[in-house]
Amino acid sequence: IRFMLLFSRQGCIRLQKWFVAAGERERRETRRELLTTVLARGPRSSSCLQWRDLSIIYKRYASLYFCCAIEEGDNELLTLELIHRYVELLDQYFGCVCELDIIFNFEKAYFILDELLLGGEVQETSKRVVLCAVEEADDLQVETDVTRRVLQDLGFASA
Amino acid sequence: MPAVSKGDGMRGLAVFISDIRNCKSKEAEIKRINKELANIRSKFKGDKALDGYSKKKYVCKLLFIFLLGHDIDFGHMEAVNLLSSNKYTEKQIGYLFISVLVNSNSELIRLISNAIKNDLASRNPIFINLALHCIANVGSREMAEALAAEVPRLLIAADTMDSVKQSAALCLLRLYRTSPDVIPVGDWTSRVIHLLNDQHMGVVTAATSLITALAQKNPDEYKGSVSLAVSRLSRIVTSSYTDLQDYTYYFVPAPWLSVKLLRLLQCYPPPEDPAVRGRLSECLENILNKAQEPPKSKKVQHSNAKNAVLFEAINLIIHHDSEPNLLVRACNQLGQFLQHRETNLRYLALESMCLLASSEFSHEAVKKHQETVINALKTERDVSVRQRAVDLLYAMCDRSNAQEIVSEMLNYLETADYSIREEMVLKVAILAEKYAVDYTWYVDTILNLIRLAGDYVSEEVWYRVIQIVINREDVQGYAAKTVFEALQAPACHENMVKVGGYILGEFGNLIAGDPRSSPLVQFNLLHSKFHLCSVATRALLLSTYIKFINLFPEVKVTIQDVLRSDNQLRNADAELQQRAVEYLRLSTVASTDVLATVLEEMPPFPERESSILTKLKRKKGSVSVDVDDGRRTGSVELNGAATQDSLANKASAVSTPSPSASADLLGLGAPGIGILGHSEGPVGNVGTGGASLLVDVFSDMAAAAASSSPQIVGTPPEDNFMKFVCKNNGVLFENNLLQIGVKSEFRQNLGRVCLFYGNKTSVQFQAFTPSVSFSQELQSQLSVQTKPVEPTIDGGAQVQQLVNVECLLDFVESPMLNLQFRYGGAVQNLVMRLPVMLNKFFQVSEMSGQDFFARWKQLSSPQQEAQNIFKATQSMDEEVNKAKLLGFGMALLEGVDPNPENFVGAGIVQSKLVQVGCLLRLEPNAQAQMYRLTLRTSKEVVSKHLS
Repeated sequence: IRFMLLFSRQGCIRLQKWFVAAGERERRETRRELLTTVLARGPRSSSCLQWRDLSIIYKRYASLYFCCAIEEGDNELLTLELIHRYVELLDQYFGCVCELDIIFNFEKAYFILDELLLGGEVQETSKRVVLCAVEEADDLQVETDVTRRVLQDLGFASA
Repeated sequence: MPAVSKGDGMRGLAVFISDIRNCKSKEAEIKRINKELANIRSKFKGDKALDGYSKKKYVCKLLFIFLLGHDIDFGHMEAVNLLSSNKYTEKQIGYLFISVLVNSNSELIRLISNAIKNDLASRNPIFINLALHCIANVGSREMAEALAAEVPRLLIAADTMDSVKQSAALCLLRLYRTSPDVIPVGDWTSRVIHLLNDQHMGVVTAATSLITALAQKNPDEYKGSVSLAVSRLSRIVTSSYTDLQDYTYYFVPAPWLSVKLLRLLQCYPPPEDPAVRGRLSECLENILNKAQEPPKSKKVQHSNAKNAVLFEAINLIIHHDSEPNLLVRACNQLGQFLQHRETNLRYLALESMCLLASSEFSHEAVKKHQETVINALKTERDVSVRQRAVDLLYAMCDRSNAQEIVSEMLNYLETADYSIREEMVLKVAILAEKYAVDYTWYVDTILNLIRLAGDYVSEEVWYRVIQIVINREDVQGYAAKTVFEALQAPACHENMVKVGGYILGEFGNLIAGDPRSSPLVQFNLLHSKFHLCSVATRALLLSTYIKFINLFPEVKVTIQDVLRSDNQLRNADAELQQRAVEYLRLSTVASTDVLATVLEEMPPFPERESSILTKLKRKKGSVSVDVDDGRRTGSVELNGAATQDSLANKASAVSTPSPSASADLLGLGAPGIGILGHSEGPVGNVGTGGASLLVDVFSDMAAAAASSSPQIVGTPPEDNFMKFVCKNNGVLFENNLLQIGVKSEFRQNLGRVCLFYGNKTSVQFQAFTPSVSFSQELQSQLSVQTKPVEPTIDGGAQVQQLVNVECLLDFVESPMLNLQFRYGGAVQNLVMRLPVMLNKFFQVSEMSGQDFFARWKQLSSPQQEAQNIFKATQSMDEEVNKAKLLGFGMALLEGVDPNPENFVGAGIVQSKLVQVGCLLRLEPNAQAQMYRLTLRTSKEVVSKHLS
């Protein structure tokens, strides 16, 4: 996978992950082109389309579009299911995920994606394993947060 | 504000995000963001040291702002600090910031590699994973160099945790992809291969990706992976979906791993060992069988995952291309998908079938679905599916079905989406030529093509039809007749006029016997289109007319009258005027014999590959085209042709002078002056320049070179950068090891610099890596592409490297060339400036004295002028100075300045985005041995910089 984009029906980018080095100018161009291309497609169109020398695989979940670019020879249908697996993970993690969850907890969305995909390749497909990894990290965070709150209450730290 | 989920403590961040969301307008949002940026900046700069939490919070806010699409130019250091925090969450945010914001070539990478190394050495697997994720996300060459040893160690160490192994495998893959030469592949081949046997499915999944990439580059070393992959695959395929627990996806056992294993096997030919081969065939059959079983779930995820494996298996079958039975089964399976109600499956089936069509075993089987595919072309709602259908029709076309397929494609062309028309036109043109049994059919097809989609018929296509008609005598009469008929249409496309003009000019005599197409009728028909056509077409028609004079003496007078009319003889276009004058003269002066010799029929073109094919390949990345040609090389015999150049040459050879040169010159002059006059308004002021180019040339070269001399390790070299201000070729650098020569060419805003690296020693240079770097500022002004070179240079040998440069904006500094190589044991580093300067992108502009001074006065504001008075170091020879100024790239305007000793020049800097006019005046004072140089340009920096 070359890159992954999440964007809303209105064309706001919600998450972007690039697995190949590219300049910001090129990325901006890519985002703009793909947004217009994908948003213009009808509801019963195929989820795959050819864009430059890449295949674009996308799927819409409620108001969010998930969109992956893969190279020739990569498996299209499985990429589609990879998107689905990611959505499942988000869903399970946030408990009925909505766009707002991703906006407010964007860093979490990135962490979950990092567990699933690394350097553009599938790393771990087991839902259980991925969520374990993410929650383990959360536990570490909660510990530090508890101390923080205590300090905050005592007026030693800022909100 | 929504309920913040688990363990989230950054209230400040949440508040900020909801503020942004509550902004009613874009302006309000920007205002809020700027406020926040100012706040963060002051916090970071403040005297009070921030605690880790605040740092994390602010870095996170910056990240959010960046993801909204705003530029972030600070905070990197704070993020780097977070990396060394011992609190996990702070570290995590630090890493996230780095991997999202840091470009792979950033300076920061050096700073973070220490933190990364520490984390890699940590005992906590979560920390190790964070570091690995970061390496994989950034994945730059510097990273690879710094960490080439650590990552493989983690991968193969016996005591590494599974999750770390997974990350290490993919991390290594990423590093291997960016810099294969840095990663010591050989050391751990067999350990890596045996990861295929690992108990943990996640580890196997990750390792398979790595092995596939390694096997593509080193197939022999990784041959052992084939049998392991087959047995692993076989275990998955035969397992029931309950066996693999977490790795079963909607009742499909381990689809991701299966697909990856099938991809790995596509790196190799069918296994030689009969046992392995048999086992693999069983697997593939098993997968094909499963496709026929009733689904275990109605969910689309189930069928997608199942079919994903099936498609990958089919890819492997096509790759092996050795088992007719499997190929035909695959084809039948895809045939079912062609009519499936899922759009995705139809799309993918069309795509896969293109590959099947190229196998001799399944080509016939694919043809059975022709009807369905044509139907898809007519009924599919989605343009990307129709596009695939066109590709498949193209791939399945052969002599037996060409006529039908071509006519269906022509039908579709009438309503086809604009986005795919040009490609379709090319495909139709190729098929019609390749499978033409009867050339009248070919001519009909191409003329139809022009009629239906004239705008999309590129030059290659109509050049080609003319080449073929000229080379094939049997079709010439028919072509003349058909094109004559086609021209009768009241509105016909200009391309039709071009083809018609050319063919009637050559073969009009073949139909002149018929009174309905007598010479005069032919001429009147063509001439009725004349006034609607572009200059190029009119020029072609004028050539047709002179050919008519030769072919049909009876219309000579009529045509001479036309040529003589003011419309032609005094045409504003130089090319048309010239042709009219010369043809008229030729027709009056030359005897019939001379005329007949000059205008003899075109000789056949030499046989060549069709330029249309090349064009299609260029356009498409060429998947289907290549495959197709590989299969039927025997039948690709094309029917005779020449490249477009030779045709164009022939066409202009009819008119004696070379028209293009004069046209170009005029083209340069006129718009140039316009730009000079107009550009000053909109173009504002920019910063001040650094080096002063011209002064350096005229005064002290050595001093200038020294003042900005590059730092060089090793023997003192000679930097000749300044010499290149006024010339394009020469020796850029020389010491006792190495000589670097430069040849460069610049046209408008594009440049091509060829670097020649000569090894002066008798010892091989190793790890020879030249690279071009530039400052932040220059990045937006200049785009540079470098072709890679071989990492070694033998003693006494020379290698060359091509650097393409595009000037986007005016610029001041030059890009740097960094060289690194090993000579003997020692690493040599060289840094020098690449001779790419702003004045290289000058385009001369000629103007009269009056114009010059008018513009000179317009550019009179002090910011636009730069002046320099300096002492001459060489004798003040007029000719030498002239040569230097010309080399500088400007036009020298003679007789403009009242003082004949002064030099006056004008030029325009061509960049992609702006054009900057420049005027120059150099006043030598022979007595004082001084020069005064004054430059006025429409852009301040440019003035300063150039002077």
